[in-house]
Amino acid sequence: MDSMQSNLPTIETQNLSLFYDRTLAFTDVSLPIPAGCITALVGPSGCGKSSFLSCLNRLSDIVPKTRVTGQVYIDETDIFDAAIDLIALRRRVGTIFQKPTPFPFSIWKNLAFPLREHGVKNRDRIDAAIETTLKDVGLWQEVSDRLHRSALSLSGGQQQRLCIARALVLQPQALLLDEPCSALDPISSGVVEDLIASLRGRYTIVIVTHNLAQARRIADFVALFWVRDGAGRLVEYGRMQDIFENPQDELTKSYINGIRG
Amino acid sequence: MNNLSSPRSPSLETIVTILVWAIAIGVSLIFAWIVGDIAWRGIGELSWQFLINYPENAGREGRIAPILVSTALILAVCMVVAFPLGIGTALWLSELTASASKLGRLVGRSLDILAGVPSIVFGLFGNAFFAKTLGLGFSILSGGLTLACMVLPILIRSTEAGLRSVPLDYRLAAAALGYSRTTTLFQLLLPSSAPSLLAGFALGLGRAIGETAALIFTSGYVDRMPRSLFDSGRSLSVHIYDLATNVAGGDAKAYTSALVLLMLVVFLDLGAILILRKWLQGET
Repeated sequence: MDSMQSNLPTIETQNLSLFYDRTLAFTDVSLPIPAGCITALVGPSGCGKSSFLSCLNRLSDIVPKTRVTGQVYIDETDIFDAAIDLIALRRRVGTIFQKPTPFPFSIWKNLAFPLREHGVKNRDRIDAAIETTLKDVGLWQEVSDRLHRSALSLSGGQQQRLCIARALVLQPQALLLDEPCSALDPISSGVVEDLIASLRGRYTIVIVTHNLAQARRIADFVALFWVRDGAGRLVEYGRMQDIFENPQDELTKSYINGIRG
Repeated sequence: MNNLSSPRSPSLETIVTILVWAIAIGVSLIFAWIVGDIAWRGIGELSWQFLINYPENAGREGRIAPILVSTALILAVCMVVAFPLGIGTALWLSELTASASKLGRLVGRSLDILAGVPSIVFGLFGNAFFAKTLGLGFSILSGGLTLACMVLPILIRSTEAGLRSVPLDYRLAAAALGYSRTTTLFQLLLPSSAPSLLAGFALGLGRAIGETAALIFTSGYVDRMPRSLFDSGRSLSVHIYDLATNVAGGDAKAYTSALVLLMLVVFLDLGAILILRKWLQGET
């Protein structure tokens, strides 16, 4: 499981903090994220998990008045370095959001658009990439006969799988998933969860989830965030079995037993 | 209203329902009446000949070909100038400036005031600036440019509103896919706000095509066939105004011209919808 994937990146944060204006969202998080594994970030609402996730490919830059201190290394590179190519970074580290966000175009164009933006112009290559990726996320059977219909006509779960496909079509090396199942019905949620589990070993995956059972089912590593002294902090981090069966911190113990949180 | 204790009494509900329906039907009837009246009085004279021949005897006799051409040219100048400027300004307002910034607020307020300025003021401005200062004289160019100034605020504000209503999610998703700012603006945000773009275009076009006051001072009312954009030309609305007020016995032709004007508005709006949809969505 944790055999290093040769070409997949490790992500590591050191003393990472993020301010929204003057409010501290989370502080002093030092977390290693192993290559090719699924790392789940768990904890109650408002403890900075999603904010932390948004720093890992600098989507945090988009929100006005945010300030980040500390370092994020992807392999050896500090991504908050001024010389970093943001577009290349985000192509390498994709994001899936809580709410599915297909663009108001056809299914086909939703996937062709990012390819074209990143220089793939050949129609045959685009078609081939779209078919491969849709098969990857298990949508091909469901939509192959209506690729040119609006993506907004898909169900919520299908839309989320399309969004995952849209990220995968760019062949990223890491995926950040921000509660990708929490806006979906239970059946769609299960399908998307299985999909994420099937991506293990092919991408470095970080997933934020409220759902402890889900973390237990799919994660290799788990990190628990908690609010202390008015800011989110990393409480405990370790292998999934260790966190769930032999937690070191009292807070972790009561959280996974459903006493707190 | 001493019956406050039961505001949802069935009788009140019924009265409100009837009132709302009556208002809606009333407004529709007034509109239908106006259109019907113009169509009824104008249709008698309407023919292919009416559209493609020249006016005679100050418009009492004859047709409106040069006037149609002038109208088309004035509108074309207006939209060719106003559309890119309008979209550009709207993009600047909604995407490149914080809405709370001083400059952004100043520009926004100014546009709102400009949108409410009576057209005759635009006419005098156009006459002073385009016709005299820039030396364009009474010309289709002067008229079109004046109209462009007039419709710009409408175009900008509705495009801006459309852009602002695009969910933040789209921008985040676009950034997450590594889209450049230009791609995000032109291939995602603009197409997503196409409906408001269309509404702004239709409103602006409607205001431009119905404009009389601003044009009398700028493009003039010569009813000859224009040979270039520097010629004076009479727009349909000016023609209607002239026939109805200055020419005894011009009423019938005025009605027919009004009918043509109405049909033109409908066709242009439909055309704009089709073209814009094609342009914005491209291949689906």
